[in-house]
Amino acid sequence: MYHMLVIIKKQLKDTLKNKTILIQFILFPLMTVVMEKAITMDGMPDMFFLKLFSIMYMGMAPITSVAAIIAEEKEKNTLRVLMMANVKPWQYLAGIGIYVWIICIIGACTMGGFTGLRGASFICYLTIMGCGFMISIIVGACIGIYAKNQMTATSIVMPGMMVLAFAPMLAIFNDNIAKVAQILYTEQFKRMLEQMSFDALEKRSVLVVFMNMAVFLALFAITYQRKGLE
Amino acid sequence: MIQCRDVFKCFEKKNVLNGIDLDIPQGQIFGLLGPSGAGKTTLIKIITGQLKADKGEVFILGKSATQLTGKDTGRIGIMMDSFGMYERLSCAENLSMYADIYRIPRTRVKETLASVGLGDAAGRAASNLSKGMGARLQLARVFLHSPEIMFLDEPTSGLDPQSMRAIHRLILDRRREGCTIFLTTHNMEEATALCDKVALLNEGKIVEYGEPQEICRRYNHQKRILLHLTNGTDLELPHDVASAETIGDLLGRNQIETMHSSEPTLETVFLELTGRTLQEEG
Repeated sequence: MYHMLVIIKKQLKDTLKNKTILIQFILFPLMTVVMEKAITMDGMPDMFFLKLFSIMYMGMAPITSVAAIIAEEKEKNTLRVLMMANVKPWQYLAGIGIYVWIICIIGACTMGGFTGLRGASFICYLTIMGCGFMISIIVGACIGIYAKNQMTATSIVMPGMMVLAFAPMLAIFNDNIAKVAQILYTEQFKRMLEQMSFDALEKRSVLVVFMNMAVFLALFAITYQRKGLE
Repeated sequence: MIQCRDVFKCFEKKNVLNGIDLDIPQGQIFGLLGPSGAGKTTLIKIITGQLKADKGEVFILGKSATQLTGKDTGRIGIMMDSFGMYERLSCAENLSMYADIYRIPRTRVKETLASVGLGDAAGRAASNLSKGMGARLQLARVFLHSPEIMFLDEPTSGLDPQSMRAIHRLILDRRREGCTIFLTTHNMEEATALCDKVALLNEGKIVEYGEPQEICRRYNHQKRILLHLTNGTDLELPHDVASAETIGDLLGRNQIETMHSSEPTLETVFLELTGRTLQEEG
């Protein structure tokens, strides 16, 4: 637990000096607040930009940042030095995962808070986002562990991120994409965000989310077993 | 302090270590010399418990290397061949993180940075350090928790002579404090200057072991004395009674400017034993 806190503290200092990662966390909350405040059109669904960008944030920021952080540490051998200082792989992974989750939740709070979400809707929104971030962090960790360096990580992250972040948006315009997208957790979370209420949760959506979680956890276990952390 | 018994390690059907036997007592600087790819880093990894040997036993701090606990690793300091520091963080921030990991007071950070001559660079990002300063920062990380055993994998590789001497001074200071140092290098001058004992490693086998000077003496087949006289001429004499008389006579007439024995360097011993130089790739 103590080593995890050290990793979280280190990562906070490092992120503040790492523009590439920092922009991942700031971009969507900033865009949401600006677009929600600046653009209002007749017939536009309620909190349109919040819902749209939230799913993109969920499918992009945690995956990119976790994969980049792990891949960079592997490439620059800082991870090896940490392991030699008796930091256990699970402590490192948990530290990075918790750190990214907290930062993303702060981003989600900003997005929800500034666009007028309050009370039960706000709690529901944060719960949905929190669960989505968790799955995305596992996806990012799989890529970070699998990739030998940052370049490989980026080339794997890009297509995965495009599918997870953009498929739910494209599903609005195309039925075929919608059919495929329904197996993705991001699409199910998008549907949940449209209702923004625990009472309106569909069993099918919850089941798909759990199945996604199980698949990515299994993938994480396989990747970790084969590749390890060094 | 460190014992290796018949250690074997194989990677992809290639034997990297072939029956290594070593005994390193406390307070000694031990140098493992060999060209790149000879198996030096692999041996460090096995001794520090990062890798498991395929065969043989390794003991460190009185227990098997495979049974090292977190507390034991706190008694060991390792400087690997790569930089391994967070480049965006400052020197002090890097060390503070390790101070937190080892649960030692933050005041040690300032002291350690000052001890390696980086006191003024504490706030500088690690990416902005010169190669020599980077090496000193790596050493500061190793020194931070005052380990009993230090493993230094090519600590002066690629450094200028001045930085190299600074690193040597720091290493010798630690030895004086009773620290055991396991050093790998392919620089035979460094090994001769620093090490109490050296082992020459070639293709995973120790081909020679002992004190650097003793090894050089052992391979002094020529046994000749080289003289440079005040009149500019060079003389090469064999080790015999007649030479002693000649030298005595020349000394009496104050005609000798320099006098050397012809014993080989560790480099030439390695070349004689393996047919290759220490600078070659494995």
